[in-house]
Formats: sequence, C-alpha cells, structure tokens
Amino acid sequence: MTSPSMIQFEQVYKRYPNGREALAGVSFKIGAGELAFLTGHSGAGKSSILKLIALIERPTRGQVLIDGQNTAQVSRRGIPRYRRAVGVVFQDHKLLCDRPVADNVALPLIVAGVARREIDKRVRAALDQVGLLTKEKCRPLELSTGEQQRIGIARAIVAKPVLLIADEPTGNLDPDLALEIMRLFKRFNDVGVTVLVATHDVHLLEQFAARRIVLADGKVASDSMTNGKGVTAGEVEAA
Amino acid sequence: MKTWLARHAQTLTGSLGRIVEHPLAAAMTMGVIAVALALPLFLDVLLQNTRAVTANWNQAFELSVYLDRKAGSERAEELAKQLRARTDVAAVRVVTKEQALAQFREASGFGRALDALDSNPLPNTLVVTPTLLASTPQGTAALRTSVAALPDVETVQLDTDWVQRLNAMLEVMRRVVWLTGALLGLSVVLVVGNTIRLDILNRRSEIEVMKLVGATDGFARRPFLYSGVWYGLGGGLTALGLVAIAVAALAGPLEHLASLYGSELHLRSLRFGSAARMLGLAISLGWMGSWIAATRHIRAIEP
Repeated sequence: MTSPSMIQFEQVYKRYPNGREALAGVSFKIGAGELAFLTGHSGAGKSSILKLIALIERPTRGQVLIDGQNTAQVSRRGIPRYRRAVGVVFQDHKLLCDRPVADNVALPLIVAGVARREIDKRVRAALDQVGLLTKEKCRPLELSTGEQQRIGIARAIVAKPVLLIADEPTGNLDPDLALEIMRLFKRFNDVGVTVLVATHDVHLLEQFAARRIVLADGKVASDSMTNGKGVTAGEVEAA
Repeated sequence: MKTWLARHAQTLTGSLGRIVEHPLAAAMTMGVIAVALALPLFLDVLLQNTRAVTANWNQAFELSVYLDRKAGSERAEELAKQLRARTDVAAVRVVTKEQALAQFREASGFGRALDALDSNPLPNTLVVTPTLLASTPQGTAALRTSVAALPDVETVQLDTDWVQRLNAMLEVMRRVVWLTGALLGLSVVLVVGNTIRLDILNRRSEIEVMKLVGATDGFARRPFLYSGVWYGLGGGLTALGLVAIAVAALAGPLEHLASLYGSELHLRSLRFGSAARMLGLAISLGWMGSWIAATRHIRAIEP
C-alpha cells in the first residue's frame, strides 16, 4: 500500500495499573481514506486501541502515529487540539441529557471557539447527514437508542475530522438499525474520511467489503479483506 | 473577539441559570458568605462612626493657660492678643479670675465657704484652641511648650492622655476588624471552593464529555468561575442588606443614649464607595474560591 498511513501502531504494549496486559505487541497500518473494522472477543484489546488513538490512554511501550504525528509528542496541553481532529463515537454515546440535541452536536464546535452562525449551519448539516434534522430541539432521552447513537455520530463528524473512530457503535442495536449505522460510516468513508470501527458483530461485517483486523489476546491474529459477500478475499500479512 | 465576548456572556448567564435551578442550595451558600462578610463589615461601620465622633473631639481640643496670680487682666488681654497672632492658634478666650470665681461658686455650691475667703485665690486664665492643622498630638505638645515659656505663665494644662488612649484603643479595634475580616474572607474562599467542588463532582460526566470532544481545562473551568462570581455577588449584596438592617436597628437606641448624655449622634451607614469596594471584594473572593477548586478538580477529571 502506498497511500500515506493515517493510523500506525508499532509494537504497541499496554499494561493497565491493575496489571492486566491489554495489548502485547500490536502493529498495523491504516491508510488515509481507508475503512477498517477491528474485531475480536471482548477483552481482546479493541477498546484499548481506540483509547490510545483518542489519547484517553498512553501506550506502555511502542509508538502510535496518527496522521504522521507521534502521539507521544502530544503534551497534556496539546490533547484538546489533538482530539478536535479525531471524531469519536462511543458505545454509550455519551450525550448530555440535559441539553437539546442541537447543543450536543454543537459541543465540539463550541469547545473549539467556532462562531455561532457557523455552528448553526454545521450542526444542521451534520444532523441532516444522519437523518435527524427534525429532532434538533428534542432532548436525547426523548429519542430511541438508534437515534441517540446517530446523534453521537453527528457530534463526531460535525467538526469535519480526518479520522473517525467508533467503539461498538451497534452494541445495543437490533440488526436493522445496526446495518443502518454501518452504512452511515460507509458513507463518511466514501467522502474521504478514514474510519475505524471496533465491533464484535461478525455477521454485520460480512455485508461490507472492508478490511478486518482481528485481535486475540492483545495481538493481531489476522488482517484481511472481506468482499462483502461473506467470503474472505485474501489474507493480508500483519504489518 | 465578538464570538469570544458572546461566548463569555452566554457562559455568564448560563451559570446564573444553573444557580437559579437550585435556589435553596444557592441561598444557603450565599447566606453563609453573607454572614461571614457582614460581621467584619458591621464592625467596620461602628469603627468608622466612632472615629468620626472622636475626630470632632480632637478638634475641640483646648489648652488651659493659667497665669501668674500677680498678672492682672490687662496683662491677660495682652498675652491673648500675642497668642492670637500665632499661626497654630485658632482662638483665645480670656477667663478673668472674677468670672472663674463666679463659675466656680455656681457650679460647686461652696458659695458660703468662698465668701469666707478674703481674696480671690483663682488666677486669670486663657483658653487656647489650636488650629485644625495643629490639633495633632505633636502640634499641641509644641504649642504647649512655647506657651509655657512665655513670661507670666504659671502652668499650661493639656489633658491629652485620654485621647491618646482612645486612639490607641481605636487602633487595636481596627486591627481586630482587619483580622476578623481576613479570617472570614478566607472562610468565604473555602465555602465557595467547597460548593464549586461539589458542583464539579455532580457534573463530572459532562466535563468528561467536553474533554473528550476537545475542551481545554480552561474552557471546562469557565462556567464554574462564573458561578463563583455569582455566589460572591449574591453573598455580598445580602451582607450589605444585613448591615443596613443592623444599622437601622441600632440607630434609634444609640441616638436615644446619646441624647441622654446631652449630645447628638447620627449613626452613619455604609457609604457608597465602601459598599462598592465591599461588593468587589466579595466577587473576588468568590472568584478565587472557585478558581482554586475548579483548577484542581477539573484537572483531575480525565475521561
């Protein structure tokens, strides 16, 4: 692959203070504009990888490079600026329940100091992309779980990040809704956003032609392309 | 710049809105602040009033100059004229020995006994009032020395001891007010700090989310700083109200007491300048308390 890498893990180890080793020498590369899925049993290290990318955690050993930048060089003070360039979707969507949908989606822009008029415009555009423009004034709790998840996605993409990561975004959804959410990610990928989705939902993945990185016991077990028809196209050596 | 201002204004009203959402809790915090501020403030008002009264006493200072008994009333008038020419003397009153005897006869009730005397034992006296500028302890002392050196002057009496004691007492009082003020000011900082700390813990998940989408510590801290300012302002205004009530309650009885002593006294409340300064102080204390708490606790919250 010759495209510049957006995410690059080099021999990354992560040991938590309680002694659990979540990652034990993980290496892989994801190119700019790629769509990739991270799968494996719970506890295999999916969440740890996403947390390292979002700088919620730091690696114990090894290097994580995002868009060419070594995350070890991002200081504590630099974290806010760094996070604004990465869109994150959480399994429990982490919405502020006491604020209307529009305010929730606007949060990354408010935090970055974008002008009010610009915020309104971009919030509406983001809500339109997830198909919830009419729910602008609702409170998150008035919405269904699937809608809440889509609000979370709108918030993740409103600041136009180059990289979008999602941790089990379909975890609590029935298959139809899950498929809808995945198609949404595919659409963002189609317009050039690098997307990395962690999921244990293997059946769902079989419907997409995308790269699939399987983790087991803190290591990359396999790295392959699926053709979207439930057939494995070909194994790719772990980088 | 406009965006920045708009955002601050929004945060300011937003934090006020959040305080109003929990009126009871906010009232309690402001009440504690108000009591802590009202106490030293009230003491200060009393102190200012005492000073205003004693300042008048200072002005009313007089030196009693007793002349030699051989000096007659012409000599007394001559000396009075001489003293009036001095720059540090405001007025000189001559009390002849006859006047003095008549006053004494009237005031003492020893009329009969005095009649038994074959001559007037009292000297001619000059009552000298220094100018306002010379009414300092040093000024009056200097005046006394130079008057005492004049010929035919027997003694100069200047009772400044009690004034000096009073001034020393007022100085002690002033220190006490300052110390109480400083301690209670510290307690305001702690009260606000604790309130803000609880507030932050209550909104922990919200702060986490804000940090996850790229908020700086400073951004997450801002609404709490404004809350601190509101607490300070609310507490300060309440304190002013409490002091006004206390002064009003005390003014009547105090004036009555003064009138029984044959003097007039009007208890002065806080002046506008002091009230404004006091509000400024309350706001700064609130801001300081919230700054300390918010800086520490927001830093500690990591997603």
